[in-house]
Amino acid sequence: MSGAAAHARLTGVTRVYAGPTHVHALGPLDLDVARGEFLAVVGPSGCGKSTLLDVLAGLAAPSSGEAWFEDRRIAGTVPDGIGVVFQEDASFPWLTVADNVAFGLRRAGLDGAEIRRRVEDALGFMGLGEFARAYPAQLSGGMRQRVCIARTLVLAPRFILLDEPFGALDQQTRLLMGDELLRLWRRTGATVLLITHALDEAAMLADRVGVMSARPGRFIAFVPTGWPRDRDSRVVSAPEFGALTAQLWSHLRPESLRAMGQARA
Amino acid sequence: MSRRRAVLGGRIALIAGAVAALEMLCRSGIVDPLTLLPPSGMAAAMVAVIASGSVTGDILRTFTTVAVAFGLAVAFGIAVGALLHAAPRLRRALDPLLASYYAVPLFVFYPLLVALFGLNVVPLIVLGFASATVAMAMSTLTGLDRTPRVLLKAARVHRLGRLRTALLVVLPAASPDLLTGVKLALAYAFIGIIAGEFILSGSGLGYQIAYAYDSFDNRTMYGLMLFVLLIATAANAALHAWEQRVRRRRSGR
Repeated sequence: MSGAAAHARLTGVTRVYAGPTHVHALGPLDLDVARGEFLAVVGPSGCGKSTLLDVLAGLAAPSSGEAWFEDRRIAGTVPDGIGVVFQEDASFPWLTVADNVAFGLRRAGLDGAEIRRRVEDALGFMGLGEFARAYPAQLSGGMRQRVCIARTLVLAPRFILLDEPFGALDQQTRLLMGDELLRLWRRTGATVLLITHALDEAAMLADRVGVMSARPGRFIAFVPTGWPRDRDSRVVSAPEFGALTAQLWSHLRPESLRAMGQARA
Repeated sequence: MSRRRAVLGGRIALIAGAVAALEMLCRSGIVDPLTLLPPSGMAAAMVAVIASGSVTGDILRTFTTVAVAFGLAVAFGIAVGALLHAAPRLRRALDPLLASYYAVPLFVFYPLLVALFGLNVVPLIVLGFASATVAMAMSTLTGLDRTPRVLLKAARVHRLGRLRTALLVVLPAASPDLLTGVKLALAYAFIGIIAGEFILSGSGLGYQIAYAYDSFDNRTMYGLMLFVLLIATAANAALHAWEQRVRRRRSGR
């Protein structure tokens, strides 16, 4: 991989779903994500945002082009150092909260004391300490998503991919979960890529927002937010916030209209 | 008292009431005691016939046969369910056959099984297995269909191989439906084998009940019937309690 500054990189990536319908879902697109950056990606419905995440995570292979993470080509498996949080509830319902969080650590073969220490730390950080023995079904949707984030966090990933993780939550919970995500990002120093359909969420959380076109998704703009690293959800009251979301919408609106046309066609 | 306990209490009271009513009908002579023993008489007969040791070999044979047929049915049913889940075309082709499987009275094949395998335990095992395995396969399919795809993605993110994904994610995710299958498979295996022993067998609990019936030995017949009923109900209740416990954990109740 050339360009050592990029923590993750896509070059000329496309994703085509073969078969009778033959859907060209993504690209060709290029992307550099800098080490420690918080990048949000927005785009119209069906533009291939989740496909982009799957390619970066190693969950889907590109039809053409290359995906790289830490100078290694991503080829069909999830590389070590990558953590993924999905929109859907991915907590294991048969395990307690503590066992959910410990799942990856047990697979990694860590000793019991180290697992307990890391699980307690992650649960405390995510405010789940008193729910360690609860089962996911006993928790709210927001808390279950926190369990999934804790399960990712505990493995100390260097690149965290989040696919609309707060999509199923109410607005207030989303703002607070955004704060927790920023806290997590600052504490771990990890690179974060957040897929979201919410422009305000992208504008509030990210260092930089990538705007994608209608399908097949390509990047049509990258908008830096200019927020300080030590930020939280209160940036929504800053005067620049409105201008930022308006700028994102001005890029996105024609693409969303185009996507609606595709959907009607 | 929780609602669950209240329902359980009501259920026990209903059964106890029915048993008490039957006892009263038999004791009062409204029901001829030669036709039907009172429940207390059945219980006493059950204890006596089992304590005598005369049917110990039959009990062991029946339970061993059920255990073998049940074990094979569960293993084969899970394997077939997993295969059909992985092969949608094969599943589409077999779906109508599976759906109508229990419309066929399997016992009609018993003479054929005896002709093929001889008058021994094998036809009974085949009958119990054939009765149970499709229920297990169907339950496995349901469980696999209901396993959320996102959990399989989570398994890939944790870099689990196929075997560890199956053991650590798919199996527990599908476990409520698998337990339903296990419960049905045990019931069907029991029915298949006891009924098979009734028709053509020289030993086993089903044979002993039929023999007692033919010999007008009501005490032995009712004693053994009660024994079979209690064992089958206890096994089913234990599996049902386990299944409900797993399902309650998933639903947060």
